[in-house]
Amino acid sequence: MLSPESLAQIDKEVAKYPAEQRQSAVMSALRIAQVEKGWLSNELMDFVAHYLGMQPIAVYEVATFYNMYNTRPVGKHKLCVCTNLPCKLMGADAIAERLKKKLGIEFGETTEDRQFTLVEGECMGACGDAPLLLVNNHRMESFLDDGKVDALLDELKGK
Amino acid sequence: MVIQGGPVIFNTLHLAEPWKLATYESAGGYAALKKILAENIPAEAIINEVKTSALRGRGGAGFPTGLKWSFMPRQFPGDKYIVCNSDEGEPGTFKDRDIMRYNPHALIEGMIIAGYTLGAKAGYNYIHGEIWDIYEGMERAVEEARAAGYLGDNILGSGFSFNLHNHHGYGAYICGEETALLESIEGKKGQPRFKPPFPASFGLYGKPTTINNTETLASIPYIMREGGQKFLELGKPNNGGTKLFSISGHVEKPGNYEVPLGTPFAKLLEMAGGVKGGRKLKAVIPGGSSAPVLPGEIMMDCTLDFDSIAKAGSMLGSGAVIVMDETVCMVRALERLSYFYFEESCGQCTPCREGTGWMYRVVHRIEHGQGRPEDLELLDSVAANIAGRTICALGDAAAMPVQGMLKHYRNEFEHHIEHKKCMV
Amino acid sequence: MGLNVEIDGRQIEVEPGTTVMDAANKLGIYIPHFCYHKKLSIAANCRMCLVQVEKAPKPLPACATPVSDGMKVMTRSDYAIQAQKGVMEFLLINHPLDCPICDQGGECQLQDLAVGYGSSSSRYAEPKRVVVEKNLGSLIATDMTRCIHCTRCVRFGQEIAGIMEMGQAFRGEHAEIMPFIDKTIDSELSGNIIDLCPVGALTSKPFRYSARNWELSRRKGVSPHDSLGSNLQIQVKNGRVMRVLPLDNEDINECWLSDRDRFSYEGLNSDERLTRPMVKENGQWVEADWQAALSLVASRLREIQVHHGADEIGALASPMQTVEELYLLQKLMRALGSGNIDHRLRQSDFRLDAQAHGAFWLGMNIADLSRLDRFLVVGSTLRKDHPLLALRLRHAVRWGAGMNLINPVVEDYLCKVANKAIVSPDGMVGALAALVRALAEIKGEAVPAVAGTAEVTPGAEFNNIRAIAESMAGGEKKGIFIGNLAQHHPRFAEMATLAQEAARLCGAQWGVLGDSGNGVGAIAAGAIPGRAALGRQGVAGLNAAEMLAAPRKAVILLGAEPEYDCHDPQAALAAMKQAEFVVALSPYKHGALDYADVLLPISPFTETSGTFVNIEGRIQSFNGAVKPLGETRPAWKVLRVLGNLLNLPGFEQDSSEAVRAEALGPDAQAHVCKLLDNRIEPVAVSLAVSDKLERIGEVPIYQIDPVVRRATALQRTADAAPPIARASGLLLEKLGLGSGGMAVIRQGQGSLVIRIERDDCLPANCVRLPGAHAVTAGLGPLFGELSVEPA
Repeated sequence: MLSPESLAQIDKEVAKYPAEQRQSAVMSALRIAQVEKGWLSNELMDFVAHYLGMQPIAVYEVATFYNMYNTRPVGKHKLCVCTNLPCKLMGADAIAERLKKKLGIEFGETTEDRQFTLVEGECMGACGDAPLLLVNNHRMESFLDDGKVDALLDELKGK
Repeated sequence: MVIQGGPVIFNTLHLAEPWKLATYESAGGYAALKKILAENIPAEAIINEVKTSALRGRGGAGFPTGLKWSFMPRQFPGDKYIVCNSDEGEPGTFKDRDIMRYNPHALIEGMIIAGYTLGAKAGYNYIHGEIWDIYEGMERAVEEARAAGYLGDNILGSGFSFNLHNHHGYGAYICGEETALLESIEGKKGQPRFKPPFPASFGLYGKPTTINNTETLASIPYIMREGGQKFLELGKPNNGGTKLFSISGHVEKPGNYEVPLGTPFAKLLEMAGGVKGGRKLKAVIPGGSSAPVLPGEIMMDCTLDFDSIAKAGSMLGSGAVIVMDETVCMVRALERLSYFYFEESCGQCTPCREGTGWMYRVVHRIEHGQGRPEDLELLDSVAANIAGRTICALGDAAAMPVQGMLKHYRNEFEHHIEHKKCMV
Repeated sequence: MGLNVEIDGRQIEVEPGTTVMDAANKLGIYIPHFCYHKKLSIAANCRMCLVQVEKAPKPLPACATPVSDGMKVMTRSDYAIQAQKGVMEFLLINHPLDCPICDQGGECQLQDLAVGYGSSSSRYAEPKRVVVEKNLGSLIATDMTRCIHCTRCVRFGQEIAGIMEMGQAFRGEHAEIMPFIDKTIDSELSGNIIDLCPVGALTSKPFRYSARNWELSRRKGVSPHDSLGSNLQIQVKNGRVMRVLPLDNEDINECWLSDRDRFSYEGLNSDERLTRPMVKENGQWVEADWQAALSLVASRLREIQVHHGADEIGALASPMQTVEELYLLQKLMRALGSGNIDHRLRQSDFRLDAQAHGAFWLGMNIADLSRLDRFLVVGSTLRKDHPLLALRLRHAVRWGAGMNLINPVVEDYLCKVANKAIVSPDGMVGALAALVRALAEIKGEAVPAVAGTAEVTPGAEFNNIRAIAESMAGGEKKGIFIGNLAQHHPRFAEMATLAQEAARLCGAQWGVLGDSGNGVGAIAAGAIPGRAALGRQGVAGLNAAEMLAAPRKAVILLGAEPEYDCHDPQAALAAMKQAEFVVALSPYKHGALDYADVLLPISPFTETSGTFVNIEGRIQSFNGAVKPLGETRPAWKVLRVLGNLLNLPGFEQDSSEAVRAEALGPDAQAHVCKLLDNRIEPVAVSLAVSDKLERIGEVPIYQIDPVVRRATALQRTADAAPPIARASGLLLEKLGLGSGGMAVIRQGQGSLVIRIERDDCLPANCVRLPGAHAVTAGLGPLFGELSVEPA
């Protein structure tokens, strides 16, 4: 279900915790699985449950509680724009509008070519860099303005 | 973004590659740990030093750290844990990110000393999931410390063993609540536990656990290196040390400023270049989004310490200062904050699960011109029915912004309801 | 040292650790609550139990607040009521106003408390939450929009059932209680979450929309489906059992019921119920009146007695019949001069009949199971055979008990198994012998002669046996329990002999888990060859197996369906067909239509008064919950009249109580307690191991008896799936079979074609193939030799 590289990464995470606490690695395991597969299908969650000795519903609880996990398919690039107050004060709404307009989608939607998914994010703990967004959870783009948004979309479209 | 260094947290900032182990060591890093291990300094002495420093928890609650450490049953046989709360996700707060980015070893050394003092064999540093590069940087820093013999078995030949691991969140504000954070490390959804029992007796994996904020732990090496008294004198009585203030919103130079506790707000605002575009200061949320808002004129008379802000009717919290200028509509600001608490409620206990959505929907209606005359009384009442009745503080955190806004800016809400539009 | 607390002005002293809720309960003060449940961990999530505590800055949840000395609690002050009303308002804003169509209506905690704490109109003017339905399977209906997220069902799975099947997914207002996507709830204890749910989110699917709570009358009952004897609240409307709920009994079922006990009642209302006596005339079944049918039975029995001798009459009784019925049956048989009576239809080894002193029992009280330090289970499909005994053993393991197993199959026990030795059914004898030897060695005693000296256990399992011995040598409270697989096995006597030795060596109690609802009662009633009631010597006679091996000319069946209820269905059916006269006393039209001559409709357990004795020897009498269906009659009355028609003495009882008094004596409980005795004189133990392919034939959970077999919703659960064969990969390879392929299995005269799947947990040379099912009824004994080849 997962590549040997992913499994090795999961094993490394499992080793951080006491031997009888494999479940502690579930957040990492889901993250690693998602990075490889793009989203967490039922089969993938079932696999992770089995790998860590958990009940599938316990894995599903985790996958649906933390909002960076994708329990439904998303576009190749998931853009998560923070619109919380400090970002909003710095123009996050205009950034969001620009993204929506350029991609032709609303928050929670995916472009027809499945290249982009746009979601509204909550505070990312980087308010000094506002406004900002995350690309596929792990890459933060800060101090956004129209030029930066356009350049980012151009860059990602080329990938 | 601006970072104003200081003696405690950002003591390496002026050096090249401040995040490196060698840089940290060149600035006196790990000297405190070495001394403690070499001289086998008793835990009681360390706790006393921390008590002398008047270090208060930097995560928001401001609880005296030395006192918290003294609650840990150090003699309890079996595993014990030290956990660092780096799950910084309260709107306005972004200081721990820069600590881990620029001075990760201050945190690591602080956690090792805490582990030594509290009898913990392992520590976990729980990092907000959205700042992924920081997590990776911390992973590197931990590796660096391990390779240098500061972590692992028999540290520096002292016989003391301690391991440290990073654990990342993945998008849940509630995990900043310390027991939700423990649940999350255990591989569960981050729903807070009811207390008692407190983590000091029943914490991670049911074992005695102490949880401190990143900035708190990163202050420990300074205290042990320079002495608690010196740290205390950096701030003011009962509010020892310097503190990071994260200033965001309508200022010219948003960023992190390490200044002594007790610094006048006016001075911080000045350091941050004043209100953006020279506009007029309207309001300040002084301690992260959960803290009740204060009008600018009240804020300008406050000093930045736990006691002064509390007296003014708000909280210093994590030192996250959100500045709003005269163009800000308070209904709209509250709508967004209410949405945040609605979105981030864990759903475990009734008042928060049901009440946060209710408050958001009412504010949303008011903002969109569908407010009703009875709505403000309703908001007061719903907020009061949430506050103090939930398992964790998120209920209070959701209620306080509503209560603060209605206290100071009720006229704006009334205007919205009456005229179905904004007055700013 | 007690703590003094004042609640609503009343003082009470309680133990440290007591919560405000517990203390209030002791005072009889009710504090409203939803998530709190005495058997579950404390969640404190509903917040309904907020109370005022003096000096506390905010209201505190009574369920989670420990009492401290001098504490002053106000549960009804304005401050407390305001908090409680605030919570109630939150609970109701998203709760649908569909009480008129909700099955929980009238027995809903939320509805009840809303009357006291709710407002007559809502301040909530926003859209209400709607939650998508979940399919939990055939037993539990959902209406998740009504859910108030108390998480009782989730905690039940984690803490009691031992398997987390339900969880809370998503968060905040979007949180949903659900199983993993598209999964049903398959625990054999699942129905308890219906009782636990304080609202109408989880309700009984079979009961749905069929009656209102206030239309139902409640009768006490006792479940006949396993050896526990769960206490039932049988709910009745218009003379029909509509629903069965648990009746709290801390010593037996606590507040739980297995799904089998809860949903079996559907079998009572089955279309297959026999409602009038029927006789076969010229090969055709015709309905008859009782007088004619019973006269015919009496005359045929008398005729065979006179012409062939009473010994040609045999009686096979189901062990789920009452003490009274079994007593009158044996009395009738013995009065006719025949000692051929037995209720142990699934047993195949009767060597202990001459070696035992009383009735086999659990060896301890049921409640003691929860407090064991160490235990060993021998030959059992534990969870499925004994759902609630298994729960107690899991509870013991949770608190640190060491669980050991000698078993031919591996189940998911939902708890930590300290040590297990998986051996063939036949190999359990050798494994127990090795255990006795290991225990003797640990104790420094001479190896008892019965355990032999040779090393006969397969090498790989020896270390495990040694570990079991070490485990059982430690601890204080210990038990060794013989399960149904062992009790039904042809070498049961040897296993019991060795279990007794092992128990002696390690200081454990040993006992049987019991394969039926009234096994102990049947022995007390004398429904067994050679031993009449009240400990009297009975006429010698044939046991169940002997009656089938040497078919009788006349057979009386009491509640039994031999084609499913006997150890060897093939032999049973042949014996029935060979008999000149078969009378079946049964609640159902069943296979007897093919071989019987008279069918007499008798009451199932809800339609008669009677008595069961459970595996700890507890006598439980009950009244009929509903009137007998149609012309059905309680079997004790039928047997009494039959005795009269046969002019036999002593059939004048006018009530089941009178029958019971005769069967168990004036001090019934003392008499039964005296009867409980697991001591046996050892039988010779053979340490030879068969090299033949051996069947492992368990009785599936929902095939155990005639009522359960007809319970429609239970028959749609995963546990009721048609049986398949299983064997280890090695064996499949040897036999030239692939996993999932079709195989021809032959046993005795019968054969069948069936899917065979790989299960590497099974011992070599064994095929697991359940019995008591239509699919496998054509085969031979539950245990024994069989052959397998590719289809």
